[in-house]
Amino acid sequence: MISLVWLIPALPLAAFLVNGLFGRRWLGHLTGVIASAAVGLSALLAIGVFLDVLGGKTQTVVSLYRWIAVGDFSINVSALVDPLSSTMLLVVTVVSFLIFVYANGYMAHDAGFYRFFTWLSLFVFAMLVLVMADNYLLMFVGWEGVGLCSYLLIGFWFERPEPYYAAKKAFVMNRIGDWGYTIGIITIFLVFGSMNFLDVFTRLATSSIAQGPLTLICLALFFGATGKSAQLPLYSWLPDAMEGPTPVSALIHAATMVTSGVYLVARSMPLFEAAGPSLQVVGIVGAITAIFAATIALVQFDIKRVMAYSTVSQLGYMFLALGVGAPAAAIFHLATHAFFKALLFLGSGSVIHGLGGEQDMRKMGGLRRKMPVTFWTMLIAGGALAALPPLAGFWSKDEILGAAFTNGQLVLYAIGIVTAILTAFYVTRALWMTFYGEPRDHHLYDHAHESPRVMTLPLITLAAGSAVLGIVIGFPPEGGFIHRFLAPVVEAAGVAERTPELATIVVLAFVSVLAGLIGIAVGLSMYVRHRPDPAALTRAAGPVYRVLVNKYYVDELYDHRFVEAARAFAGVAWAFDIHIIDGLANRLGWALAMGGQGLRRAQTGIVGNYALTIVAGLLLILVAYGGYAAGILGR
Amino acid sequence: MTVPLGAYVAVSAALFFIGCAGVLVRRNAVVILMCVELMLNAANLALVAFSRKYGSIDERGSVFVIFVFVIAAAEVAVGLGIILSAYRNRPVVNVDEIHQMRG
Repeated sequence: MISLVWLIPALPLAAFLVNGLFGRRWLGHLTGVIASAAVGLSALLAIGVFLDVLGGKTQTVVSLYRWIAVGDFSINVSALVDPLSSTMLLVVTVVSFLIFVYANGYMAHDAGFYRFFTWLSLFVFAMLVLVMADNYLLMFVGWEGVGLCSYLLIGFWFERPEPYYAAKKAFVMNRIGDWGYTIGIITIFLVFGSMNFLDVFTRLATSSIAQGPLTLICLALFFGATGKSAQLPLYSWLPDAMEGPTPVSALIHAATMVTSGVYLVARSMPLFEAAGPSLQVVGIVGAITAIFAATIALVQFDIKRVMAYSTVSQLGYMFLALGVGAPAAAIFHLATHAFFKALLFLGSGSVIHGLGGEQDMRKMGGLRRKMPVTFWTMLIAGGALAALPPLAGFWSKDEILGAAFTNGQLVLYAIGIVTAILTAFYVTRALWMTFYGEPRDHHLYDHAHESPRVMTLPLITLAAGSAVLGIVIGFPPEGGFIHRFLAPVVEAAGVAERTPELATIVVLAFVSVLAGLIGIAVGLSMYVRHRPDPAALTRAAGPVYRVLVNKYYVDELYDHRFVEAARAFAGVAWAFDIHIIDGLANRLGWALAMGGQGLRRAQTGIVGNYALTIVAGLLLILVAYGGYAAGILGR
Repeated sequence: MTVPLGAYVAVSAALFFIGCAGVLVRRNAVVILMCVELMLNAANLALVAFSRKYGSIDERGSVFVIFVFVIAAAEVAVGLGIILSAYRNRPVVNVDEIHQMRG
């Protein structure tokens, strides 16, 4: 099965080509079926590959062809199939398939239906290339590909200005991160003379590499990861990316693309392990992002924006896990998060769909009676996000916090616990405002309806995953299936995973469950009993509330500091282009035109004049030649 | 008695400049064409004379004259063709009145 691994990205690519070339005129709504079928087949193949890896083939390189060959340096287009990549393959294809099916219903009335599935197929192809690549350069191809598709899909409804601006913002911020990635791979090439993962790691182990370049590599790669995975300081594109259609938010901006930064760091773990302080930087940035985004999520009213900040926060948890040297926990959380966050987004999408496009939670309320399936599935996902046992999020988040604790990172652990309280609070708030209480907008409420089966079935499947995935692959804690499966990769990275004692595990689990319950209790008390009343609390908190609602004024700061500076520079460049570059070209053309005007007078059109000129020229030549001959003879 | 080379060259030069003057002075297109013929034949005369004098083994100059004949024939054909078609458009043969190509 592993030898067929190239089919996994090839099928979505084929769907992209077919839909893109024939979708508009001939296929119509068939494009959705074609794309879904292709990704479904990919998912089946991914399961097969996963089972092969499980069966003992822990490291296989499947080469397709040689891409670049310069002297000793060569880069192949080939897939590295190991536990890490096969886990990612499985998560990406399965979640993609469910979201594709859902999108068939969600986008059914959209005029751009074929275009949507064309870009979505291309996205899955690029994501799979990113995941399967066996070298940094091919990974970069996928990395750029998903960035492009993200841009195209955020700006899917480009008739309105907001999606178009959001797409541009996402693209530019990703480009800034890509700059770091580029610096990283160039440095890797200079230091190691290769870009192949396995070669680089072998050379790292066998020869001594100076700390300086190694740290530069790691920080540059991590900077790239902060762009793609929406961490500080490059996170602010992700909340705006919610202007795209909801399946896009679920697939690209929650489950798959934004986790590629986590995957990059996990894949480069040997480098980070060897480079001393850079891993600490990863952990600190992750923790700060986690609590930073969670505080913003407390006060947002757009249901999708709450989920967006929640995604940023949860990605922060994953980087926190990587930073404390627990890549298995990070990948575990990545997998569970892909399920429950995709479900939260699709559930939000189902609500939005049912309300005819309304996203403001202040206009919802009481919807559990109208949309029971959406309600129950979102409740499970919300519980998983709040890390309630035995739902999936509990096991993975608990492992991250446990790893932070046992590795002595008590500050990071404390931040993680506080973030867990905030997380439980905002998810309680969001679900309450949407599904409980009295309908706040009766007109919307009366027209609300449950979504069709094609949308609810993926919800139910994802809910099942969100419920049991954690206990299936994560039990017992710190020693579950996912740990045994990822062990070869983790050991190769030189990470010493410490397994804490059972008592410690139980106490830590108790603390994190308590944190979740506190958050939920505060949320329920505020929104059910109005004790304290949210509105009164808002007034009392005054300036703090304003700072949170305005997202710490980071967008304004960036606008002021960077966007305006960039605009000013663009203005100078424009003036240079108009006046100097274009000016030169125009002046040259003008001078030639004037010269032509002058010379035009010589063309009289009278044959006699031409003949006279010829004769005059002939005489001139004769005289000159005569003078020359006389000179020779006179010597 | 043999005619000296100088005489040939003198006749040739005289013919050439008569033709040249004709081209410059006359206005009738057909006459101009005839004057061009005169110039070509002046050149031919010079070629033959020099060939006779110096080309002891093979008279390459005379061969060149054949080429000039051919070129002259072609030139007359084209030139008369142009004059005819110009005449069809406007019934004039005075070249000074044909100046539509003025820049």
